[in-house]
Amino acid sequence: MTYKRGIDQLPIPPKDARVQNVTCDFCIVGCGYKAYSWDLSKQGGTAPGENAFGVDLSKQQETESPTWYQPSMYNMVQQDGRPVHLIVKPDQDCVVNTGLNSVRGGRLAETRYSEQAGTMVDRLTHPLIWRYSQHMPSSWDDALSLVADVTRRVIEEWGEDGIIVSAFDHGGAAGGYENTWGTGKLYFESMKIKNIRIHNRPAYNSEVHATRDMGMGELNNSYKDAELADTIFCVGANPLENQTNYFLAHWVPNLRGTTLVEKKRRFPAEAHAPAKVIIVDPRRTVSVNACEYEAGKENVLHLAIKPGTDLVLMNALLTEVVAQGWHARDFIAQSTSGFDTAMQANRTSVKDAAEITGLAPADIQKAAKWIAEPKAANQPRRTMMCYEKGLIWGNDNYRTNAALANLCFATQNVGREGTGCVRLGGHQEGYVRPPGDHVGRPASYVDQLLIKGEGRIHHIWATDHFKSTLNAEEFRRVYRRRTNLVKEAMDSVSYGDHAAQVDAVMNAIRQGGLFSVDVDILPTPIGQACHVVLPAATAGEMNLTSMNGERRLRLSEKYMDPPGEALPDCLIAARLANHLEQSFQGAGDTETAKRFQGFDWQREEDAFMDGYHKHADGGKYVTYERLRAMGTNGVQEPCIGFDGARLIGTERLYTDGRFGTDDTKAHFKTAQWRGLQAAGREEQRKQFRFLINNGRKNMIWQSAFYDLRVPFVRERFPLPPIEMNPNDMALIGVAPGDLVEIHNDVGSTQAMVYPMENAREGECFMLFSSPLGQVGNIVSAHTNELVLPNYKNVWADIRRIGRAPQADGISFKALEYPTEI
Amino acid sequence: MLRDKQSLNQTRRSFFKTFATAGIATATAPYQTAKAGFRARVDYPSTRLANLRDLRINQPIDINYPDAESPGVLVRLGRKLSNGVGPDQDIVAYSTLCPHEGFRLIYDATDKTLNCPGHYSRFDTELSGQQIFGMCNQSLPQFSLYLDDKGDIFADGADELIYGRTSNVLEG
Repeated sequence: MTYKRGIDQLPIPPKDARVQNVTCDFCIVGCGYKAYSWDLSKQGGTAPGENAFGVDLSKQQETESPTWYQPSMYNMVQQDGRPVHLIVKPDQDCVVNTGLNSVRGGRLAETRYSEQAGTMVDRLTHPLIWRYSQHMPSSWDDALSLVADVTRRVIEEWGEDGIIVSAFDHGGAAGGYENTWGTGKLYFESMKIKNIRIHNRPAYNSEVHATRDMGMGELNNSYKDAELADTIFCVGANPLENQTNYFLAHWVPNLRGTTLVEKKRRFPAEAHAPAKVIIVDPRRTVSVNACEYEAGKENVLHLAIKPGTDLVLMNALLTEVVAQGWHARDFIAQSTSGFDTAMQANRTSVKDAAEITGLAPADIQKAAKWIAEPKAANQPRRTMMCYEKGLIWGNDNYRTNAALANLCFATQNVGREGTGCVRLGGHQEGYVRPPGDHVGRPASYVDQLLIKGEGRIHHIWATDHFKSTLNAEEFRRVYRRRTNLVKEAMDSVSYGDHAAQVDAVMNAIRQGGLFSVDVDILPTPIGQACHVVLPAATAGEMNLTSMNGERRLRLSEKYMDPPGEALPDCLIAARLANHLEQSFQGAGDTETAKRFQGFDWQREEDAFMDGYHKHADGGKYVTYERLRAMGTNGVQEPCIGFDGARLIGTERLYTDGRFGTDDTKAHFKTAQWRGLQAAGREEQRKQFRFLINNGRKNMIWQSAFYDLRVPFVRERFPLPPIEMNPNDMALIGVAPGDLVEIHNDVGSTQAMVYPMENAREGECFMLFSSPLGQVGNIVSAHTNELVLPNYKNVWADIRRIGRAPQADGISFKALEYPTEI
Repeated sequence: MLRDKQSLNQTRRSFFKTFATAGIATATAPYQTAKAGFRARVDYPSTRLANLRDLRINQPIDINYPDAESPGVLVRLGRKLSNGVGPDQDIVAYSTLCPHEGFRLIYDATDKTLNCPGHYSRFDTELSGQQIFGMCNQSLPQFSLYLDDKGDIFADGADELIYGRTSNVLEG
């Protein structure tokens, strides 16, 4: 059944409604929104003088109206202890999204905690402790005393390597500068935790080590550059679904040709045309469809490579560009090093590349031309290069990333307007921490340590290995066994005898048990295994700063109360530090106790000032007050000054040809092809029928933690979809909406069949990180040399289990826009 | 009733700001306006849209409901639907303002969908306007229909908020 709200009118914000700046919690684009809130007993009217927008709401509003709000943008929440109406709607004046909302950001209000409206009512409201054989609500002091005492005992017995930490390192909700600093100060300054990993991978490592080693940070341009580029070269990314409003507000105008005037204004001496776009992806995505619709098929080159062969394509493009003489000779000579060595090592002919990638030689040559052929003499093309998880979570991460950066340097597509070599990104960013050099490189493979019985206590911050790790079946099996040992020990002693509880926990730990603490906003699968669960506040319930994919820093303001006693993560870290200090003091270890000082923060702003303001590049100029004044447009990092009224930022990086290396030169790298790098994948490819490519879907944010609870989304995807070619479906006898098991030599998982006429035979695509069908179950533990997984190149067989629940009410029609109507 | 020129002429290039209003008002019965104040549901007019004779299978006709400012389509799909009306229970009606940004939706007869040229949202007319892909956080508003004994088709309600309004029945 198609879900209908049955709502046919909405309250109107009165003229004096409170208006605050909001940056969307979700993806890297960080669209600007405004939160309108007003007392529950009041409402505005339709006359212009009676509402917050100052417009006549008794009339039908025009297309792209800045004042319309959908039912999903409305809720009733608590603010300073009083119930208020809340509207969170996109901000027309924000240069990021120019008033657009994605399907995800459009439900910011609807995904807030509301006891009145019944939304997200299962948010964690109070600390939970395992006692009397279940999770019981308790006080912060009670919960943190237990965590601190067990943590101290573990340190005393095994040192800090006995502590395992899983923690976000990103911006937006469950992150941001306040919270990464809070956790960073605790684990990297008070302690020197080595065994730490990040929310979506099993180690504490960069997803883009190579480009950083080569001197180029991965977010180095402005969204404006997508409007100015001659060509957009997009590798392993699907921006319409994953960076929606970046695509809609910045790519599409260039594809349509509506930015030609601006291009001519900025570069009057150059030839201009609407942008061409090259998309490298084994899968035909809705992004390809949308580009064709907007730019015309003649201006879109979809390179549907064999999965995992991106490196070969990049090397062949580099070789072809240089062979044609289209490379940036002066830039290479002045601002780079290692060009000749890299060329020698990476040289790949178009013919060889065609064979390995499965592409037509002419298409590779065409791509090289679109990327690098000068527009005229002394008029190099402006090509924006971008990539995301298809490359990052794909085959041979480090070398492939390097091969793309080589192509960028060879064509000088960085530091110039209309260029850049950038990640498209997942979350926003918000990283400021004390140095983490002690973690080492390669970093500890944390999930394997846990499986091997190492680690005695596990601190988890907004991370769920159960949904998002690789080799997930084994991980869950071992994790439950180890945490159950501790649960049984805790059940055997009266909770009120604190010393006996801690002793019982320690005994169980010595026998292989694991004590586990989970900080999150909602109950999670891994949280069920934990002994202490701590409730965190999220964006909107705290002031939060982050930067988006063009390094745009904003303050997203607090507009409502957190549920119950939930706290911002930075303050949870601070209170835990306070309890650790007390615990060590109580044990007579004054020296260690001192290391946990400096956490007397009362508000998230205290964490911001202690962290970002003191430690971030340009942070000394930035305060909450100054950021608030910058509204939803904020300032692009690094901030380089304050003129008395406005913060001054940096539009793009490396404009002076100096890079982030010791000698300031961009370093080319050798990146030779070595086939499918992760051990066992080549054999798996031969053994199993289907590629199980995976990633995100437009409608679902991240691991569906909210969306599982949103009827509108749940109706479309009651289970994670797996897209299949109809011929493949016929081959194994499955119909649209069938529940299938996907199984291979590693494990098995489940999904719901979604037919895709345009899917290549033998290549399926499944939702990543779903709690109701984890791709990680069938991804083997093998990683690259820096512990980066290859989630994408996995092969498995598929068999029918039955019908998916609710499948008969789901539309399985094509996702693509019909370009012929 | 003919399809109005605006929707026929809406090509993929017609993305520039246009008023969502349809050109031709088709309401033949007077409609009530909602009374001031916030209530659970607004009162809808009962409006004649067409007669059964006007409908050909898979050929939508343009309508306006609940008032002239709110364009929609009435379509006979040729297949029994759970909430279809008419002798074959195959007649349905929808708003054609995309609930995302108010662009006029275009009917694709090949798969019986309504499609937004603004940001590619797609809605299934055979499944109560379920969004197949897109930017909206609601499915398409469907108009509830009934027939009288002369075969006249009336609309008398909507199940989602129509784009560009704070109330489905305007207070003007």
